[in-house]
Amino acid sequence: MSGYLTGVLVVLAFNVMAAYAVYLPLAAGQLNLGIAGFMAIGAYAAAYLTNELGWSMWAAVPMGSAAAGLVGILIGIPVLRTHGIYLALATFALGQVIAAVFLNLDVVGAAAGYPVTDYAAPGVVFACAIGVVLLMALISRTRFALYLTAVKSDATVADLMGISVRGIQVAAFALGAALAGFGGAMYAHHYSFIEAQHFNVLLSVFTVLYVLFGGVQTVWGPLVGAAFFTLVPELLRASDQWRYALFALFIIIFMALRPQGLVTASLFRLFRRRSKGASA
Amino acid sequence: MLSQQIINGLMLGAIYMLVAVAFTLAIGVLNFLNFSLPGLFMLGGMLAFGFLKLGWPFFLAAGGALFVAALVSLLVERLAYRRMREGDAEVPLVSSLGFLVLLENLVLIRYGSDQQAFPALFADMNVRVGGLVIGIAQMVSLAISLGLVAWLSWFLRATNAGRRIRTVAENRETALLMGINIERLVPQLFVGSALLAALAGLLFAVNYQQVSPFMGEGIGFKAVAAMIIGGMGSIWGAVIGGLLIGLAEVLSISLIGADVVNITVYGLLLVILIVRPQGLIGRPPAREKL
Repeated sequence: MSGYLTGVLVVLAFNVMAAYAVYLPLAAGQLNLGIAGFMAIGAYAAAYLTNELGWSMWAAVPMGSAAAGLVGILIGIPVLRTHGIYLALATFALGQVIAAVFLNLDVVGAAAGYPVTDYAAPGVVFACAIGVVLLMALISRTRFALYLTAVKSDATVADLMGISVRGIQVAAFALGAALAGFGGAMYAHHYSFIEAQHFNVLLSVFTVLYVLFGGVQTVWGPLVGAAFFTLVPELLRASDQWRYALFALFIIIFMALRPQGLVTASLFRLFRRRSKGASA
Repeated sequence: MLSQQIINGLMLGAIYMLVAVAFTLAIGVLNFLNFSLPGLFMLGGMLAFGFLKLGWPFFLAAGGALFVAALVSLLVERLAYRRMREGDAEVPLVSSLGFLVLLENLVLIRYGSDQQAFPALFADMNVRVGGLVIGIAQMVSLAISLGLVAWLSWFLRATNAGRRIRTVAENRETALLMGINIERLVPQLFVGSALLAALAGLLFAVNYQQVSPFMGEGIGFKAVAAMIIGGMGSIWGAVIGGLLIGLAEVLSISLIGADVVNITVYGLLLVILIVRPQGLIGRPPAREKL
């Protein structure tokens, strides 16, 4: 594999992990615009454990993820009192605050950035991304995914059916945060350097963009969206400075034609019917 | 020194205020968090700069920039808002963000990514009152912003067109039954909010004498914060929020340091959202789109 291709695929792997971190709360109807903040927590916590306490990467990365998840629970409980657009903007503010805190934290290098001593090879990153996708595919077949959909579709009815709405909401929020933290921790160990400026609002917003573009009705939407957003600008590289403009134009036109996203539930049904028809 | 900082904060706050009012119009009436507004803010400043470079007189350049921003906003309405009403509520966000990226990159292709110097309209016309320095340009833009917002508030309260807008905000279906032509009203609102955002961008360019393709992002996001702090859908809430954010930003830069701006501004937003989600003077959220 050439260096360039590996580089692109590594970026894709990180984007896929981030996309599922957005997808999980979104499946419960929460738009998290602060995902970069949780990535930063995971990245800095894991990097701190590796650098200062001499932990191995294999222990530090899960701890980073757990730290992000814990913050997700602690912050999720008060923040999830709001919903809809208020929640989206609360998470947006949260992401900004977290990034700004790390920018001022001298223990982890503040604005100068923070080098990480351990290194995760591209193969490890790929394995993690594939693991995340498989895990999400597995979750999508459990009752938990049904609960998420129920809470998203109608919280009142879900409550009447005996689902702990609040519990499910906090769980979805915290799991998304933990997943983001995991991605961030891997990011820190692959690139061996982190800076707070990387985890900015555009990272959060673009990740949400992948997911909505791919579609949130099925578990495969985020994967397709992340792949599209990573690979298409690379393919457009020939047109150099026009590529982002063309890309944005494409997004606008595409969303006008297919507002539910690229991969929808009805698309899946169509495929299933076709394959059944073929086998019969 | 402190009073000088307060004045500077209010001047900056006036810019946030205009953009926040633009956001609040889109949210309050259309339930649409229009992320293309920061792009239109940037167009207001950048295009005026571009037209001035072509040798146009200032008022023509300013009018041209506002006109283009209004046209682009009509496109946003057609492609992002109108097509999405039956879809998922988050979806218009994607397209309006698409517009933000598109506008930024189109301007970047034309004018480059560097920050450019916007020509000074007033050659050091500063008024000095007891040791305080107040720029004429800043004072004019504060007056324009406050005047515009006061007029808008009167317009919404007292005119027939304003009543129509408030009816649509209250309940879309009832408004339709009452014979309000929503298909016509919505594009007008888009033009209105675009003009507010682009005017803010223009005033920003005149005040701070700098423009860049990405000038809209930071301001736009802080304006959203200002809108929430004041209370979504409330014009005077946006005014209070905008001035508060401007003050918080300038004071935290001068008292603590430039790096903590995001902590104070967005920390304030977070606290407000947890303690009082409807904002300082907003009504409790009855219904919302997102």
